[in-house]
Amino acid sequence: MTFTFFNATFFDQAILGITPILLAALAGTLSERVGLFNIALEGQMLVGAFAAIAGSHFGGSLQAGVLAAVAAGILFSSLLAVGSALLRGNDIVIGISLNLLAAGLTSFLLRTLFGVSGTFSDSAMQGLPRLSIPGVDALPLLGSALGHQNALVYLSWFLVIAIAVFLDRTPWGLRLRGIGEQAPAAIALGANATRYRFIVTLFGGAMCGLAGLQLSLGSLTLFSENMTAGRGWIAVAAVMLGRARPLAVTAACVLFGLSDALGLRLQGEGLPNQITDSAPYLVTLAALTVAGLRRRRLERITT
Amino acid sequence: MMGSSTQAYLKRHVAPLLPVLAAVVVGFGVCGLIALWVGLSPSLMFTQLIKGAVEGPQLAETIARAVPLVGMTLAAAVPLRAGIVNLGAEGQLVLGGCAAAIVALYLPAPDAVRLSAAICAGMLAGAAYAALAAAGEIYAGVPLLLSTWLLTYPAKGLCGYLVRAPLRDPLTAWPSTARIPVGVRLGHLIPGTPINQGLLLVAIVAIAVIVTERRTPAGFELRLRGLNERFARYGGVALERQTLGVMLASGAIAGLVGAIMVLGSQFRYTDGALTAPQYSWSGTLAALLAGGEPVGSIVAAVLFAALQTGGFAMERSVEIPRVLTMVLQSVIILFLAMRGAIWKRP
Repeated sequence: MTFTFFNATFFDQAILGITPILLAALAGTLSERVGLFNIALEGQMLVGAFAAIAGSHFGGSLQAGVLAAVAAGILFSSLLAVGSALLRGNDIVIGISLNLLAAGLTSFLLRTLFGVSGTFSDSAMQGLPRLSIPGVDALPLLGSALGHQNALVYLSWFLVIAIAVFLDRTPWGLRLRGIGEQAPAAIALGANATRYRFIVTLFGGAMCGLAGLQLSLGSLTLFSENMTAGRGWIAVAAVMLGRARPLAVTAACVLFGLSDALGLRLQGEGLPNQITDSAPYLVTLAALTVAGLRRRRLERITT
Repeated sequence: MMGSSTQAYLKRHVAPLLPVLAAVVVGFGVCGLIALWVGLSPSLMFTQLIKGAVEGPQLAETIARAVPLVGMTLAAAVPLRAGIVNLGAEGQLVLGGCAAAIVALYLPAPDAVRLSAAICAGMLAGAAYAALAAAGEIYAGVPLLLSTWLLTYPAKGLCGYLVRAPLRDPLTAWPSTARIPVGVRLGHLIPGTPINQGLLLVAIVAIAVIVTERRTPAGFELRLRGLNERFARYGGVALERQTLGVMLASGAIAGLVGAIMVLGSQFRYTDGALTAPQYSWSGTLAALLAGGEPVGSIVAAVLFAALQTGGFAMERSVEIPRVLTMVLQSVIILFLAMRGAIWKRP
């Protein structure tokens, strides 16, 4: 029973669920470490998802879609960079308005550029091709999940390691953390806080653009309004749960991706989808609550 | 020559409005540019937008739309005044509307009792759901900003499921409950217009919020916390209890709006119908525009209601998607936030 329940499709679906959240959560991790609270991940992802479809439709190739998603992610995050890093506005208010702006703007452009509302898809568009890792793809149960995915999935795994090493083992990572933890001290030692925050925000925009690309061209080839459906917020939760440490954040993303796949699997077993769709949000909230209660208990013991 | 009192008055009451005016100008400018970019005429767009908001019967439409929008704005403004963000008003609205519909349809009681019970049920459902998020922050440190937003999805999912399976009216094509009988509805306030008695309920809430905020110790503590949370704690404000109270009030208002929409204009709970007009979105932005100050928030809400009504007319007459008015609202707040006007960094 358990073996057929957790089959190869389940793990494949889990990877599809994990990837966009992971890319966004890594962007959030870098932001958090440099001392910015980035809650605009959701909006940046949505803009990336739309740009990917628009780029590949009007540009006529997958490459154009990829390029458009990254460019749009960077462009949109530049609003956050200017407002939050440069002008030092309230990052929560900026984040909320950016998320709403992204939803409004993509809905508007969907209607004006494509003449449809709700969902746009184009049969001529290609999704990201799956690449096989010889050997890994032949593993039982996990073969397809780990060894037969698109380039973006592998890139997200590489970025986990790269960002972990960057933060802990390079002088730039040290300065970045210094700015986040004790900005005046870091500035006194010569680190340019504004420049670090600016670059981190724009880089995060590019990663969220890729996260959106994974949503709209990763396994499906379509854009639908608000298709991010709270994934950016789940990414924010993952950053919190993992305390902005790349490996711990990744573990949280894996948990959420698995709950996403579990919801889909239960739906396959006949549960109504309105209920099963709530699984990732409920698991996220439960994880935040459990982690919070544990932290409080530890604090009580140590103080 | 101006007297010093006039100058002081201008400095105190008019100067803070200037960045808001600038932001509105920027918002219209950006939307004009977007319209130009996709090949539409900005001047035509704006005249249709404004005419569609206030001309003839459209004015009544704007007022009818302002009722739920002012309600959702107050639901956002009450916590915001204390520096708390409730992003989950939409879930509280949906649960409130659904609870009101269930009570209005199935409570075995006389009509008048059923109507009042339905309204109370809506407020209770919204308040209880908001309290859940508050408890998460108080006992486990789960930030309200995150929990309120994440809780909207299960609320919408639950109500969507209820009207698809157990409560489904088989006579309609939509997933919705049965029609609420005439005696259990909120009647028209002005015959011939879509304005219903919900206006009175929202007006009562608005007055209660304004009076509480300006004239009571609770209101003082609310503003104190909004200005400086640490000082408020030092000054003896019980922050945890305040968080719970503020969220209960906010959730109850959102639930009330859900009940008003169901009992006053839609007469059934239909999946997605309460969230489609995006009142909680506009409400959040209107409250942010005024920094949670109730009178300013209400004024902003009425303006945003006019924008929404005008948007419908614009879409009908010149086929410009009305969602552009949402872009306009977000750009206004974004510009203000980027300038660091109104809100300082926490």
